[in-house]
Amino acid sequence: MNIIVEREKSLEALEQRIEDLRARSARQGGESSEDMRALEDRYAALQRDMFGHLTPWERVNMARHPRRPIASDYIARLDEFDELHGDRQFRDDPALVGGLGRLNGRRIVVLAQQKGRDTKENIRRNFGMVTPEGYRKARRLMELAGRFALPIVSFVDTSGADPGIASEERSQSEAIASCLLTLSRVPVPVVAAIIGEGGSGGALAIALADHVIMLEHSIYSVASPEGCAAILWADASRAEEAAARLKLTSDDLLGFGIVDEIVSEPLGGAHRDADRFVGRVLGTIDAALSHLSNVNRELLVERRRAKYRRIGAWQETSQRFASVAAR
Amino acid sequence: MPIPDWLRIRRDKQQNAEAAQWVKCPSCGELLYRRELEENSGVCTRCGHHFRLHAYDRINLLIDRDFVEVGAEILPRDPLSWSDRRPYLKKLESDREASHLSEAIVTGFAAIGTFPVALGVMDFGFRGGTMGTVVGERVTYLFEEATRRQLPCVIVTASGGARMEEGMLALMQMAKTTMAVDAHMRAGFPYIAVLTDPTTGGVSASFAFQADVIVAESRAAIGFAGRRVIEQTIRQKLPDNFQTAEFLLEKGHVDIVVSRPQLRATLIRLLDYLVDGRGPGRTLQAVPELAAQ
Ligand SMILES: [Zn+2]
Repeated sequence: MNIIVEREKSLEALEQRIEDLRARSARQGGESSEDMRALEDRYAALQRDMFGHLTPWERVNMARHPRRPIASDYIARLDEFDELHGDRQFRDDPALVGGLGRLNGRRIVVLAQQKGRDTKENIRRNFGMVTPEGYRKARRLMELAGRFALPIVSFVDTSGADPGIASEERSQSEAIASCLLTLSRVPVPVVAAIIGEGGSGGALAIALADHVIMLEHSIYSVASPEGCAAILWADASRAEEAAARLKLTSDDLLGFGIVDEIVSEPLGGAHRDADRFVGRVLGTIDAALSHLSNVNRELLVERRRAKYRRIGAWQETSQRFASVAAR
Repeated sequence: MPIPDWLRIRRDKQQNAEAAQWVKCPSCGELLYRRELEENSGVCTRCGHHFRLHAYDRINLLIDRDFVEVGAEILPRDPLSWSDRRPYLKKLESDREASHLSEAIVTGFAAIGTFPVALGVMDFGFRGGTMGTVVGERVTYLFEEATRRQLPCVIVTASGGARMEEGMLALMQMAKTTMAVDAHMRAGFPYIAVLTDPTTGGVSASFAFQADVIVAESRAAIGFAGRRVIEQTIRQKLPDNFQTAEFLLEKGHVDIVVSRPQLRATLIRLLDYLVDGRGPGRTLQAVPELAAQ
């Protein structure tokens, strides 16, 4: 059970009482009563308590909230969108939606990891876990973007690349490695938005970008907390502990230079004011594209390279050259 | 440390331990005499099982002259202040002691046959061959130097994927190394990857599968997701040959499967096809450090 959803349930009774009081006072035409103000104060205080400062594990739950805006909510708000299907080799992967679109009049290529809103759609979309065919479709569209000088906008929301037998048979590794290679040279602006879960190489495959935007309560991690706990401690139930150690929150990653910008969320999360929030995220993407569109193509790729070249944390003992390893 | 030092340390250690003279093959159970096993490149003489190799043993097996190590001064830090059962820094320390390595990859220059190459060899014995910042930085630096010196690159992979203890900084090494591979590729120099047991996760989904020619060592486990993860996901046992080098060859994902005793000769033939005979990288002059020795 999602711990954020549980908390919201505990607030529901109070919300209902406030609603009832509001309706009554509206009917009676009077001003809001002392009771009402006291209730509202209590509600606001509770909300601040519950959502004012979120731990890494709470953010993991926020990123997976069933009502959090998903890729289709953003795509629906573009001026136009025409989906382009398939990898031209094997099949169309519904977990990765791609196509041509227009954002504030600007022509773009869209790549999006698509979760479902309900169980049925989630099964069809494989819970946003992309198979090699999805990555090969993405790569095809990246190349198309490069040929027609269209900037790439990607929406990242996956717990990780699909780990199934069929995905291994068709080489998930090669599919992701090729996306990375293509993004590292494509001579058009690339803006990635981490809108929910950014899980491992499966997320990075469409997130190697000139400008990476992360929503405040999204997560972006080397492995899912469950996966990390399973790998290190053979115990997936220690996910909360893993989440705390992995430094997967937006502020951590801004500090490491891995994301370039954070979009802050309304108190209680993006879904509390979804419409306005989605608009704000698209506005942020548009601003980044405006900025990047002024940079010439060669410089753009050069800067992208320089940005990733710097990422890491190592120490150097002496000169670069040594025929004897320092031990 | 140079390879002769490494070999001396290992021989000293072995002479002190009588029990270490015999090794049991995990595949067929045969008791193998260590010297014989080593003479057969660490391949079981009875069943052909490939034992995992130490990075320096691997280098020793592939090269013809000396090995000039570079990037050895690039050493790990603890960016996440990670600690679980033990602090990350302690884990690194004990792996350093056990493996005689400073990190999970050794990079440098060497000659394979008559071909000077930039050579990187990963070692599963150091943190499961995982890629953290240092592996990413050493690989990136190696490709940059290979590009500058117009040399072909050979990387021998053995990795459990990205290193958890360095979090997203580890994941980003996939992007960083990719860009170095890309620059080397666009400059027109060949890159050969040798996938050994095991090659998975962030390494397989980046530079391992970006090579011009992908050679896989016989029976090596190669894949994106680990076998256990897949079995847990689908809740059934996987067939034995799943994710083996031979399986990948059949599915069309690697160019050649070789058994280890044939690896060096295979690499020399591949380099002979791919390296431009008139290019500056063809002679040992590209690596003065090597020519001087
Ligand atoms: Zn055997």
